[in-house]
Amino acid sequence: MEVDRADGRTANQRRPVVCTRGVLHRAHGSASWAQGETKVIAAVYGPKAGTKKNENPEKACIEVIWKPKTGQSGKQEREYEMVLKKTLQSICLLNVHPNTTTSIVIQVVNDDGGLLPCAINAACSALVDAGIPLKHLAVAICCSVAESGHIVLDPSKLEEQNMKAFIYLVFPNSITSVLPDGSKRPGGEAMEHGIVTSLTHGVMAVDEYFSCVKLGRAAAAELSDFVRNSLKLKAGNDPSKAG
Amino acid sequence: MVDSANSTSDLSSEMEVDAFRRLFPLRFHERHLLESVRPDARPLGKARDTSLALGAVGSADGSALAKIGCTTMLAAIKMEVMTPANETPDEGCIAIEFHMPAICSPIVRPGRPAEAAPVVSKQLSDTILSSGMIDLKELSLVSGKAAWMAYLDIYCLDADGALFDAALLAAAAAFSHLQIPVVSLNDEGRIVVVSKENEGEKLKNKPVNEEKRKLKLRSIPFALTCIIHKNYILADPTAEEESIMETLITIVLDSSCQLVSLYKPGGPALAYESIIQDCIALSRQRLRELQTILNEAMCDMEVD
Repeated sequence: MEVDRADGRTANQRRPVVCTRGVLHRAHGSASWAQGETKVIAAVYGPKAGTKKNENPEKACIEVIWKPKTGQSGKQEREYEMVLKKTLQSICLLNVHPNTTTSIVIQVVNDDGGLLPCAINAACSALVDAGIPLKHLAVAICCSVAESGHIVLDPSKLEEQNMKAFIYLVFPNSITSVLPDGSKRPGGEAMEHGIVTSLTHGVMAVDEYFSCVKLGRAAAAELSDFVRNSLKLKAGNDPSKAG
Repeated sequence: MVDSANSTSDLSSEMEVDAFRRLFPLRFHERHLLESVRPDARPLGKARDTSLALGAVGSADGSALAKIGCTTMLAAIKMEVMTPANETPDEGCIAIEFHMPAICSPIVRPGRPAEAAPVVSKQLSDTILSSGMIDLKELSLVSGKAAWMAYLDIYCLDADGALFDAALLAAAAAFSHLQIPVVSLNDEGRIVVVSKENEGEKLKNKPVNEEKRKLKLRSIPFALTCIIHKNYILADPTAEEESIMETLITIVLDSSCQLVSLYKPGGPALAYESIIQDCIALSRQRLRELQTILNEAMCDMEVD
C-alpha cells in the first residue's frame, strides 16, 4: 500500500536538491544547500593558527557555529554543533595542518524538515570549496517511519511531526576505486555501508531501523553521485540543479 | 615513526605501567583489548557495577541517586502547579535540566558551562518525552485551569564516562519514586498544596486529590553506551576510554525492546550493520540487568 504524501512524491523520492558553491566572497569556502524548502548556508574560515584550550595541538581542530533562523542559540543548537563537529572531524584529515583551527559557520535560512542532514551536506560542500583536505565526503539523508511501518524518505517538517519516528543518517561518499575490490573491508562489507552518524527521534522497532538504513544507503549512493558531479565543476559560481 | 615504535616496545619493559599508560594511552588500551579485557579487568561486553538509591533528597517530591561505576548522578523532581497551555488544556508539563557542576570533573571549570551539559540535557528531554514513559494527561488537575509542572533536575556529581546512561537511570528511578502531593482549592479559587501541619485537622476545603499518588509509568527506557574501536565493542566506557577512543554509540531500549534512540554522533570509526546488531544485543542484556536493579530498589523503598 503506497503512502500518500502531500507533495505527490513517492515513498522513495527525495526532494529536489540545489547546491551552489562560492556564495560568500569573503569566506575561504562557502556553499548553500537546499533540499526542497529547507535551505542552509555554510561558510568555512581557516585553517587559522592556534587551537582552543582543551584541544589536542598535534591535530587540526574543527569549530562549528550554528546560527538558527530566529531566536537565540539554545540547547538544540549546541547539540547540532556537537554532532556536526564530530561528523566533520571524522572526515577531515586532521594531521595535515596540526595546531590550526578551521571554523565552520552554519546559517539556517529555512527549516522544512531534514535540517541537520541539509547542514551536513552544506558543510561538506563548503569544506571542498575551501580546499580543506578530506578523507572522503559525508552524505546525509533523513528517513522517517510511519505508524503503519512504512518508510518514507526525506520527509518535510509536517511529515516529520506526523510520523512516529524519524532518523538522520550520514554515510561516507561512495568510493570509485582503481582496484576491483579496493573499497571492501576485510569482512567483505563495502566501506560506504558504514554509518558515520545516526540520530533517531521517536520509538521504532529494531527491524524498522535496519530497513531505514538500507533505504538510506541506497539514497545516499545516488546523492553522492550528484555531489561528486556538482563539486567537480571548475567554475565555482555555477549553480547545479538535480532532480 | 617506525623507530619510535621499536623504541617504545623496548622502553615498555623498562617503563613503569603508570608512565606507559600516560604516555601511550592508545597502545596501553590496545594491549588489553588483544586479550579481550580492559584495564579495570572487565570483559569487553560487561558494564560496571550499578547501584540505585531512591529518596536521596528528602525535600523533593521524587529523587534518586544512581551510580554506574564511579559515575554518580543525583536526580530530583519538584512539582509545581501551573496553568496549562491553551493547545493542551488537560496535559501537564515536564522540564528536564542536566547540570554539570565543577565538582564532577577536572575538565569542568566553574563559570564556564561544560560542553557536554546542554547536549546530554537535550538528549535526555528528547528520550524521556518521546519514549512515552509518562502520560502527560496524568499530570492534569483541573482541565484548562491547573496542571502539574514537574521540574526534573539531574546533577552530575562525578563524571567518569557513560553520563547519559547514568542520567537516564537516575531520571527513571526518580519518576518511579515520585509521589504527587495533595492539593486543595482555597477560598480564592486557587490550588494550594496541603502542607503536613494541616493533615490532622479537618480540612475546610475538599482536597482535589485525596492522597499522595504515584505516577503510572509505561515502558521505562534504559540506555547503554558503547565504544567502537576497530573491531572491538567496549560496553559502558570510563572517561579515560572515551577520551582515547572517540567513537561512541548510545542505544536506548524500552521494556518491550523497541528502539527509543540510536545515537551515534560521528567519530572516526564507522558503524557497520554487524557491529550495530552486536551493540543492540548487549543493550538487551543490560536492559534486563537494569530492570532488575530498579525493581529491587523499588521493593526496598516499599518495605521501609
